[in-house]
Amino acid sequence: MKITRKEVEHVARLSRLALTPAEIDGLTGQMDQLLGYVEKLDELNTDSIMPTAHAVPMENAFRVDEVKSTIGLERALQNAPLSEEGFFLVPKVIE
Amino acid sequence: MDISQMNIRQLQQALRDGETSALELTRVCLARIAAGNEQLNAFVTVCEDAALAAAAEADRKLAAGQGGPLTGIPIAVKDIFNTQGVRTSCGSRMLENYIAPYDATAFAKLKEQGAILLGKLNMDEFAMGSSSENSASGVVRNPWDTERVPGGSSGGSAAALAAGQAVATLGTDTGGSIRQPASFCGVVGVKPTYGRVSRYGVIAYASSLDQVGPLAHSVEDAALLLGMIAGYDAADSTSVDCPVPDYLATLNQGVKGLKIGLPQEYFIEGLNPAVKQAVDAAIEVYRGLGAEIVPVSLPHTDYAVACYYLIATAEASSNLARYDGVRFGQRESSETGGLVGMYEATRAAGFGAEVKRRIMLGTYALSSGYYDAYYLKAQKVRTLIREDFTRVFEQVDLLLTPVAPTAAFKIGEKTDDPLQMYLSDIFTIPVNLAGTCALSLPCGMDGQLPIGLQLIGKPFAEATILQAAQAFESETDWHQNRPNI
Repeated sequence: MKITRKEVEHVARLSRLALTPAEIDGLTGQMDQLLGYVEKLDELNTDSIMPTAHAVPMENAFRVDEVKSTIGLERALQNAPLSEEGFFLVPKVIE
Repeated sequence: MDISQMNIRQLQQALRDGETSALELTRVCLARIAAGNEQLNAFVTVCEDAALAAAAEADRKLAAGQGGPLTGIPIAVKDIFNTQGVRTSCGSRMLENYIAPYDATAFAKLKEQGAILLGKLNMDEFAMGSSSENSASGVVRNPWDTERVPGGSSGGSAAALAAGQAVATLGTDTGGSIRQPASFCGVVGVKPTYGRVSRYGVIAYASSLDQVGPLAHSVEDAALLLGMIAGYDAADSTSVDCPVPDYLATLNQGVKGLKIGLPQEYFIEGLNPAVKQAVDAAIEVYRGLGAEIVPVSLPHTDYAVACYYLIATAEASSNLARYDGVRFGQRESSETGGLVGMYEATRAAGFGAEVKRRIMLGTYALSSGYYDAYYLKAQKVRTLIREDFTRVFEQVDLLLTPVAPTAAFKIGEKTDDPLQMYLSDIFTIPVNLAGTCALSLPCGMDGQLPIGLQLIGKPFAEATILQAAQAFESETDWHQNRPNI
C-alpha cells in the first residue's frame, strides 16, 4: 500500500474536505493506484536536474505602485454568501 | 447562403454587403441551440436577450460602416471565462450562482472587435477531465455520436461549434483540453505557447500549465482569433511581452522546405489503427507538399502523464483553496459550527468527485515529508521533458503526431478508472509541460467519428504550425465534414 486510510483522512483534513466514509474508502484505493503509477518517475535519475516551475523563463514581475480604479465594493460583495455593512460575514472565529 | 461552410472573413463580407445580418446569424445559432441543447448539453447558459440586443446594435454599426472584424459574429466561450454580469459556473456546484464581476481579457478582446456572446459552454468541473462528464450541469454529448463523449475539458466549446451553434468558441488547455475535444468533434483547436494569451479572468486550474485558445471550423478562423486574443496583459504577469505576428499574413506560405519531425514515442502500439492510418496519410500529404519528414525522439514522453498529474494536482490544490464559502460561491454550515467546519462542509458539498480526487492527490504531493518525493521530483522530470523538446526543435521546424490514441470514446467507458482517463491525454500533456504551442486539426474519420492531427511548434512559433495546418487544410476536405444533428 502506498497510502493508508488514516493518511487519506489526514490529507482530507489538510484539504478542508469533510469526506464521507465511503469517499475515504474510494479515495484510498484510487490514490493508492495513482501513487503507484507516478512511482515510474523514480526510474529517472534526477539528482543533477534543476526543477522547472514555469516553462517560460521568468523573473519577478514588478510594476509601479499606483492607485487605480477597482471593481468597487458592491460588485466585490455581490457574490458573497453573506455580507453585512460592506463586509464579508463569517462564522465566529474566536470564542 | 450556407453559413455553416463560411469562415469569419466570408461572413463579415456578407454582413458588410448586406447579404445577411447580425440578427440573422445570431438567430440561426440560437435556433440551433434551442433545437440541440437538450440532447448535447453544450451550453450551460444562453444569453438570448443580450445576444439579440447586441446583434441589433451590430447591425446598426454595420449599416454605418463601423465596427470591427468580428462585428455581428456570434461566438460562445467556455464557462471558465469571467463574463461580466453573466453566470460563470465553471462546471461546478460551488459556483452555481456566481455572477462574474468583470470580463476575462481574452473574451474582452473579442468583444472589443465586435463579437456577440451567445452564452457559456459546458465543461468538466474546474477544467478537470478529458470527457466533459464531470460537470455539475451534466454530461456533454458528441454531436457525431451522442452515445460518445465530446472530449474534455472544453467539451462544450467543441461540441457547440461542431453542431453549428456558434461560429467560433474559446476554450482552455491545461493538458489537452482544447486539442482533444477539437479532435473528437472534428474542429480546429489551438493551444498557444504558455504566456501568449492572458489568463486574466480565467478561473485557475493549474497556473503553470493553463492556456487560453480558440476553436474554429477552419485554420484561417483560428489564426484570426488567435491574433486578436494574443499579447501581453499587465493584469497577467505571466503573459509574455513579445510581438504578436500577423498570423494571417503568413498563412498561405506552404510547407515546402519545412522540416517536420515524427517523434517515434507517439507512434506506439495501442494507437488505434484508424488513427494511425489517418496520421500516416497526413504525413504523405505533407511529403507531397514538399515538407521534409524527419524521424525524431522525445525520450521522456512516457513519463509525462505521471509528471503532469503531480504538478497539475499540486497547483490545483493550492488554487482551489480560495473556495472557502466566504467571498463567493456557495456556503454550507456544519453541525459542529465554527469556521473550519464551515470550510469543510462547503467544500465537501460544492466540489464533485474528480475535483476532490485531484485536490487530495495534490495536497498529498505537497504535504510535509512527501514534497521532495513527489512534487519536486515531478518538477525535475518536467525539466527533462522540456529539454526533449528544446533538443528536437534544433533539428526540425515542427512536430506531427496524433492528438489522441483513439477517436471519441463512449460515455461512461472510463469514468470508473481515473488512470485510464488520464492516459487518454498522453500525446497532448507533454506540450503543456514544455510550455510550447500546438494545434489539432481534422485529418480523417474512424467510421463516423473525426480524427485529429496534432502539430507542435517551437515556443511562440504559432505562425509556423498555423501555416502548416493551412497547407494541409487546403489539400483536404476533412474540415468541411459536419455531423448530422
